[in-house]
Amino acid sequence: MNIVDIWIALLGLTVILYVILDGFGLGIALLFPFTHNEEERDTLMNSIAPIWDANQTWLVFGGGILLVAFPLVYGVLFSALYIPLFTLLYGLIFRGVSFEFRMNATRKYIWDRAFFLGGLAAVAAQGLILGGVLTGTKIAGSHFAGGSFDWLNPYSLATAVGLIAGYILLASTYLIIKTTGIIQERAYNKAFRSSVVVLFFQIVMITWTPFHDPRVLAHWLGSPRVYFIWIFPALGLLAFTGIIKSLRARREIMPFVFSVVFFFAGYLGLFASIYPYAVPPGITFYNAAAQRETLAFTLWGAAIILPVVLGYTIYRYTVFRGKVGKEGYHH
Amino acid sequence: MDTVLLSRVQFAVTTLFHILFPTLTIGLSVFLVVVEFLWLRTKEELYYRMYRFWVKFFAVNFSVGVVTGIVLEFEFGTNFSRFSQAASNVIAPLMAFEVMTAFFLESGFLGIMLFGWNRVSRHMHFLATSLVAVGTILSSFWIIAANSWMQTPAGYRLIDGTFMVTDFHAAIFNPSTLVRMLHMSTAALETTAFVVAGVSAYYLLKGGTSVLFRRSLTIALIMAALFAPLQMIIGDLSGRMVFRHQPAKLAATEAHWETNRDGGAPFVVVAFPDVKEEKNTFEISLPNGLSLLATHSLHGRVSGLKEFAREDRPSVPLLFLAFRIMIGIGTLLVLVMVWGFLLWRKGRLFEHRPFLWTLLIIHPLGFLAVETGWITTEAGRQPWLVYGLMRTAEGLSPIPPGNVIWSLSLFLIIFASIGLIYLFYILNMIKRGPDVSSPIPAVQLPAGMRPLQDQEGTTKA
Repeated sequence: MNIVDIWIALLGLTVILYVILDGFGLGIALLFPFTHNEEERDTLMNSIAPIWDANQTWLVFGGGILLVAFPLVYGVLFSALYIPLFTLLYGLIFRGVSFEFRMNATRKYIWDRAFFLGGLAAVAAQGLILGGVLTGTKIAGSHFAGGSFDWLNPYSLATAVGLIAGYILLASTYLIIKTTGIIQERAYNKAFRSSVVVLFFQIVMITWTPFHDPRVLAHWLGSPRVYFIWIFPALGLLAFTGIIKSLRARREIMPFVFSVVFFFAGYLGLFASIYPYAVPPGITFYNAAAQRETLAFTLWGAAIILPVVLGYTIYRYTVFRGKVGKEGYHH
Repeated sequence: MDTVLLSRVQFAVTTLFHILFPTLTIGLSVFLVVVEFLWLRTKEELYYRMYRFWVKFFAVNFSVGVVTGIVLEFEFGTNFSRFSQAASNVIAPLMAFEVMTAFFLESGFLGIMLFGWNRVSRHMHFLATSLVAVGTILSSFWIIAANSWMQTPAGYRLIDGTFMVTDFHAAIFNPSTLVRMLHMSTAALETTAFVVAGVSAYYLLKGGTSVLFRRSLTIALIMAALFAPLQMIIGDLSGRMVFRHQPAKLAATEAHWETNRDGGAPFVVVAFPDVKEEKNTFEISLPNGLSLLATHSLHGRVSGLKEFAREDRPSVPLLFLAFRIMIGIGTLLVLVMVWGFLLWRKGRLFEHRPFLWTLLIIHPLGFLAVETGWITTEAGRQPWLVYGLMRTAEGLSPIPPGNVIWSLSLFLIIFASIGLIYLFYILNMIKRGPDVSSPIPAVQLPAGMRPLQDQEGTTKA
């Protein structure tokens, strides 16, 4: 265990934190076309209004970690994924301004639509980014050397659709916690359907990935991975049954917890399949790492500051715990 | 069009659009701390209403600032990946610290500030407001430190084209960080003070909820009277820092072509700089002015632009013009404050309509000064990305120009529409005016509050 490993862990933790936290936030936007009336949309938006911005900050932190700890990954990937990255940014812009603009608008439907389309663009772009990274990036020396659309292929499109379903699952199970009555009932329904879609896509991706990238198969079959790689799909399956059972039993918190476990299983399985590569096929985390002094200096800072951040994040969730009311309107 | 120019234009467009919002965010967050402090202290309902009125502007402004800010962090990689890979060891920690100490703090307590009225106590709410303000200021510190390192690099060693850190303290507190940090924070506070003053003046001119806006105007003018003159002093410090560390930038900003061998260098007030002929075709100047400003002596020697190779010079007409707009506005704002001071001594501040009209008309000028200031400092760093060490063209991402044409055109469309819609909603908020009747949440109500109605009565009487 050296300092690079700690940074890999911190990056991994930040990415999954972002995916979960903004996952349900963006998922709320994806649910907008399925809403029935203004009141329902108000409730949905209020359920995340006080927290979406802080959740999104984990993305910025993820970008920051890449730049600090793995500048080669940051430089190469950001050049390679220029188009999906900007699509993500445009999507986040519209998603983000919709909260405040909608509260001020007389014609709210404009911002309902902007919120949905912004969210959709952002989620699709994230799926394409993930698919693009797994597709592989062409490099020359220490710089990107491929084309502008190398990330676009059926595999990355499938990843995008799968991620959309995944975020809908997170959002629906989150809404079960935050709402009551008819809105909660609808959330139960959507959670159920989306969890089946997510399972389907998980199976598709697990089958497809070794064909898409034969190195993954070699990783799976090599020692020591062959001994433990099966744990992740097994955990996923367990989480899926957990989701279904807790939904049937009309539990409120467990569906969300199991959905998070479901995401973790997929995420860890993926990570275990490509490690130590950060940008397959050419760049590992270890040859992308920054100068030692930089890693150490920033890690000291993180060790002191992040626990404080975690503390007030928990405090904030306790402040806004419970079912969402109408008070979300600060105007 | 090549990728260099396009990437530069895109970075300029995204930065110039983005910075408008943090400028007001920083200033308003401090203003709101003051207002909420007064609310806790005096228990006058007026301050609660004032807070609720201005926090609406703050919320909209903050959200646009956040989403446009993320773009900048990404652009380092998408458009300037070679620079990012070369300089990350030094500047990336600064950006990571910005996220950890500032972004998390701001976004963490913003929710409580906006939505926590029924859920936290008065003091907790005040703490949230204060922490958001601390976050905005910390954020500007880190990002100015990173940018300042690009202006006046320190604490590094260049090994095979990669900047390696030798001293973090020297890199963070490089020669320009502190003065530029002061310059920007003061700019944000000054700009906001004039915005608040202008909007308050509008209401006073209209009549109506006058006590609330008299008080708003008072706080804003105290801020303005403090920061407008202070900015002149900091501006002078900043100018002398540029003179010492970035002589080509200074010479270009002042359209100063020849080094003054004997006698002082004049300050050129108006001129048509002719880049090709390396002279000013028309010029009105103050003798010895530039020597006095840059060196604080009448005959101090100031290097002319001809001392630098043509390919190492920034754009003279752009810098010359942008800088003059900035200092013109800075001077104007000080003069308005002098006028305001004289009116205040006569006790006619709130009744003098020409003064209120002036405040209303000049209220957006601070933003223009911030924009032209950033143009001066960033265009003045050209042709370098890291001053004197790495050229802008060397820092680009290996991407075709088509990518940037696509993203830049979308930015222009998105920013134009978001900007217009933002203005539309802001103007609507101003038209609607403050809400003086909604019940105050029980947890926020202090014992022995002084209701707004009473004060309306007393001031009218």
